[in-house]
Amino acid sequence: MGYSAFSLLKNALTGHRHWRPAWRDAAPQAQYDVVIVGGGGHGLATAYYLARVYGVRRVAVVEKGWIGSGYAGRNTTIIRSNYLLPGNIPFYELSMQLWEGLEQELNYNAMVSQRGVLNLYHSDAQRDAYARRGNAMRLHGVDAELLDRAAVKRMLPYLDFDNARFPIQGGLLQRRGGTARHDAVVWGYARAADRLGVDIIQNCEVTGIRSEQGRVVGIETTRGFIGAAKVGLAVAGNSSRLAAMAGLRLPIESHVLQAFVSEGVKPLIDTVVTFGAGHFYISQSDKGGLVFGGDIDGYNSYAQRGNLPVIEDVCEGGMALMPMIGRLRLLRHWGGIMDMSMDGSPIIDRAPVDGLYLNAGWCYGGFKATPGSGLSFAHLLATDTPHETATAFRLDRFGRGAVIDEKGQGAHPNLH
Amino acid sequence: MLIPCPHCGARLSEEFVCHGDATRQRPAYDASDEAWTDYVYLRDNPAGAHREHWYHAAGCHAWLVVTRDTRTHQIIGVEVAR
Ligand SMILES: Cc1cc2nc3c(=O)[nH]c(=O)nc-3n(C[C@H](O)[C@H](O)[C@H](O)COP(=O)(O)OP(=O)(O)OC[C@H]3O[C@@H](n4cnc5c(N)ncnc54)[C@H](O)[C@@H]3O)c2cc1C
Ligand SMILES: [Zn+2]
Repeated sequence: MGYSAFSLLKNALTGHRHWRPAWRDAAPQAQYDVVIVGGGGHGLATAYYLARVYGVRRVAVVEKGWIGSGYAGRNTTIIRSNYLLPGNIPFYELSMQLWEGLEQELNYNAMVSQRGVLNLYHSDAQRDAYARRGNAMRLHGVDAELLDRAAVKRMLPYLDFDNARFPIQGGLLQRRGGTARHDAVVWGYARAADRLGVDIIQNCEVTGIRSEQGRVVGIETTRGFIGAAKVGLAVAGNSSRLAAMAGLRLPIESHVLQAFVSEGVKPLIDTVVTFGAGHFYISQSDKGGLVFGGDIDGYNSYAQRGNLPVIEDVCEGGMALMPMIGRLRLLRHWGGIMDMSMDGSPIIDRAPVDGLYLNAGWCYGGFKATPGSGLSFAHLLATDTPHETATAFRLDRFGRGAVIDEKGQGAHPNLH
Repeated sequence: MLIPCPHCGARLSEEFVCHGDATRQRPAYDASDEAWTDYVYLRDNPAGAHREHWYHAAGCHAWLVVTRDTRTHQIIGVEVAR
């Protein structure tokens, strides 16, 4: 059944008793053309585009928990395409354009809200860096506006403009950026993929990758062996663990990133704002909670919870930016595991084992990439060639010295 | 997270700077590109015991090798790096 105003009305009149499950809870079959490991946004989007765009029919998504139980469901939902480097911009812009049409494409309300993303600058040097970034974006046809202090003041009068250490001088604004409802993105792709015949297999943990004569032939799971001509890994924070099952080491470390939600308040912050002098970013959810975060904790972790020093640091950043939030109470706070690549950019590539494909290294920015990552990974799985916007995301770029280092900082797993 | 520094006793993790995987060994200057790529970029990234460098920046300035369980953050052992 398609969702529409009519279907909503019809079901309302019959007491909402006749809605059907949005996707089947499939049992594993013996053999597939493509098996995607990981039922997060990226895995489900990949399966959807494989079936929809590339006509691959026997596709399964294998998820150890329930779909969306990983980091797709734990992020702060910011979407944007304000990148600097040529290897990144076309890819993130493809993603942004897919976001803009996603709800019609999937017939699902993903609550995509282009409320703008504003990155503040606090010094002349930072203004120059943002001017350069904005120019790079515009050269690629992406919207970017460099705002001065007065323009930012008109938008967000409540910021601490005259902060003694970090006065606000202006900001780089991408109006097309914003937020989307993370769970709805997962559910929308799942429903659309399911309707095209994709099997979504939940509560099925992959425990091994089986190969014969150097070629992957399927996966070992807690629900038995599943044969596959091609296996794609889209397991975000767990990428190194899955790759190790095929004997690979990746240029990735897993780190914990924390996020926070305040008690609900009336509409207050109508955009996404980032503090440029520390690491703090904030937006407001439709329920009224302020959603904010900052840096990763900075040590390897699979623990899905962080420590107090970063909580303090994030809150200090928030207070330096907008002291008015100081009396709000924190309602929830959690941690998620990031697949931090060594240059801050992702990997969408064939693994050095035949039949195995990698989608990893998303750092703290993989949510916004969900549609583009799904399409590009599907392209790679279907055609064995990289999608035109993802040609730079090669696994061997590290050894070739062709890293995509947005921060210009060198090998370190704290970039994004 | 409290890190038991052999010199200073149990101290808050914020006194330290974490410098990551301590098992990597710098190759010889004339080693192959593969050896250098491995050293600079590739990581085991285990879920479990992880040996890592922590520098006691706001304390005794010692470099420590901390063995920590990345699944629980439990500290299994600490020694002075050499
Ligand atoms: C606190 C926080 C805030 C963030 N904020 C943003 C943001 O504002 N904007 C943004 O763009 N990005 C953000 N991110 C990053 C983003 O959430 C991730 O990069 C993205 O969700 C990763 O892709 P995914 O959705 O496919 O991952 P996941 O949803 O994690 O999907 C991977 C799936 O693989 C499954 N899996 C793992 N191992 C196995 C196995 N052995 N067998 C079977 N299945 C397995 C997991 O259960 C999981 O469901 C944030 C992340 C966190 C933690
Ligand atoms: Zn000490």
